[in-house]
Amino acid sequence: MGYLRGFAVTLRKLFKGTETGRVVTTQYPDEKRPKPVRFHGRHVLNRYEDGMEKCIGCELCAGVCPARCIYVRGADNPPDDPVSPGERFGYVYEINYLRCIHCDLCVEACPTEAITESKLFEFSFTNRADAIYTKDELVVGDDGRPQQLPWEDWHPGDDEHTSAWVRATSPSGRADYEGQVAWSGELGYGIRPPERGQAADEEGDGPDPDDRGHDGHGGHQ
Amino acid sequence: MSAVVGPSVFGLDPLYIGGVGLAEVLITLLKVGAAFALLLMAVMLMIWFERKLISDMQNRIGPNLAGPFGIFQTLADGIKLFFKEDLIPERSDRLVFKLAPFLSLVPAFLVFAVVPVGGDFDGSDGRVSLFGHETFLQVSDPPVGILLVLAMSSVAVYGVMLAGWSSGSKYPLLASVRASAQMVSYEAALGLSLVAVLLKSGSLSTNQIVAEQSMWNWNLWVTWVVPMVVFLIAATAELNRPPFDLVEAEQELVGGFHTEYSSIRFALFFLAEFMNTITMSAIIVTLFLGGPNGPDFTTVGWLSGLLWFFVKLMLFLFAFVWLRATLPRFRYDQLMDLGWKLLIPLSLGWLLVLASYDIAGDRGWNRAAAVIAMLAVMAALAGLLALALRAARQRRELDPQGGFA
Repeated sequence: MGYLRGFAVTLRKLFKGTETGRVVTTQYPDEKRPKPVRFHGRHVLNRYEDGMEKCIGCELCAGVCPARCIYVRGADNPPDDPVSPGERFGYVYEINYLRCIHCDLCVEACPTEAITESKLFEFSFTNRADAIYTKDELVVGDDGRPQQLPWEDWHPGDDEHTSAWVRATSPSGRADYEGQVAWSGELGYGIRPPERGQAADEEGDGPDPDDRGHDGHGGHQ
Repeated sequence: MSAVVGPSVFGLDPLYIGGVGLAEVLITLLKVGAAFALLLMAVMLMIWFERKLISDMQNRIGPNLAGPFGIFQTLADGIKLFFKEDLIPERSDRLVFKLAPFLSLVPAFLVFAVVPVGGDFDGSDGRVSLFGHETFLQVSDPPVGILLVLAMSSVAVYGVMLAGWSSGSKYPLLASVRASAQMVSYEAALGLSLVAVLLKSGSLSTNQIVAEQSMWNWNLWVTWVVPMVVFLIAATAELNRPPFDLVEAEQELVGGFHTEYSSIRFALFFLAEFMNTITMSAIIVTLFLGGPNGPDFTTVGWLSGLLWFFVKLMLFLFAFVWLRATLPRFRYDQLMDLGWKLLIPLSLGWLLVLASYDIAGDRGWNRAAAVIAMLAVMAALAGLLALALRAARQRRELDPQGGFA
């Protein structure tokens, strides 16, 4: 009786597990599954090892954003107390998370790796003002880690790999592309070891922290 | 039927034989309150039971946070739903919109009133002694108990139909038309398979139907299994439970007839649905499996009845959850085909077979010959039906645009 075999399957499952184990449930708030390497969470604005901000206020992220959720205004660096190395810095930087679709295009557009997407997703705000993350909220703290805002609920350790995976992807979209590890030094993380799919740079002993802007984008081996 | 008292407005309960005084009223109120509380508790536990069991069958854990093993999950859900905002759509018919959930809920409660949940059926008619008064362990035993069951299951259709209609929205309306078509179709099969039981027991009173099925002489065997199978399938469809849950179809529809409902009104529909599952299982147990009837293992006679009833009830509740975990949903045309072209002819034919068996016995004919003759007639009719269906299908295929013309 082929019709009844299904009943045997469900009854068997009741008494013993299958090859997938007894239960597949993760007790979510207490235990969390490892997140995929290309997971797109909320953004952070990164800083260099010396504490300077990476954002130069070029507005490329705002220009590329398909959801029009980023608002940037640049300003000239004050000569005596510069915010970022170079001429300009991001004076206003706001992301509206009611609109953001986490497509990561802003991260790809950024010439200085200032904006990256973290793996943080547990933020639920109760008003529209909280939904708009300002620069003060997006920029990493003095330890180089994302700030935990009052309405965010994540555990220590969830903020690993804050600066994105995206730098290992091919600018032309080729799947077999292997970029060069050229992380610029980052506050809180320093220089990262190569990741899977990234060929180690054999020529030098790692990239120079000051050699910012050369991260393998647009280049081929 | 040794202890038949004259049918009265209060039913056949021996409690009312010596007139109705304060004690009788109090005992009746106690029974009503107990049945009400019991049913609500049972629904709470049934929802928990179903969620836990189906989780186990799907490699999941299920509710496990509210109370031990998550047993208070239903309570937590209920409290949450109570305090949620209650929205009434602007274009709805407000009175009917508010009335509809109760039209689903109240029949579910009322059906349970005629179910004998216990009683001493070991040689007697099920009466037990409660505070020095003889009575049945059921809220009421009207002489037309089974008709009440059928009537209430028909009234429950109104709850679904009016809920969809009064929402003032086209999707609930379509869903409610679909739902009421399903419920009305399967009610026919439900009623016809039930008639087989009535034919054998010769009474509409639930207490007497149970009393007839002494020990192992269940109606399941007396009516030769088929009516119970038909009744079980039709009841599943009537309850809108999987695999006949087209009314809700969580994976396909927003919600069906209760799309526009929120807060506690929404919860009432589900309360009614699970309550119907319990009462319908109780009705099946009463009609086919002898209800609280069974060998007495305890010293207190009626306690044994309660135990037997509980065990049999759990069997069906488990079966309903098992069905849900196993079977995929029917397509709408398959649903209607099964109801109209298989279940209704089958239960009607079976009724004729049973009747011919009885009449052959009464007239002194050869019973086996009568049954074989009836089965032959049934087979011939089934062949005619199959021919008609095939002709209809061929005509449809020849003229696909023809529709119903």
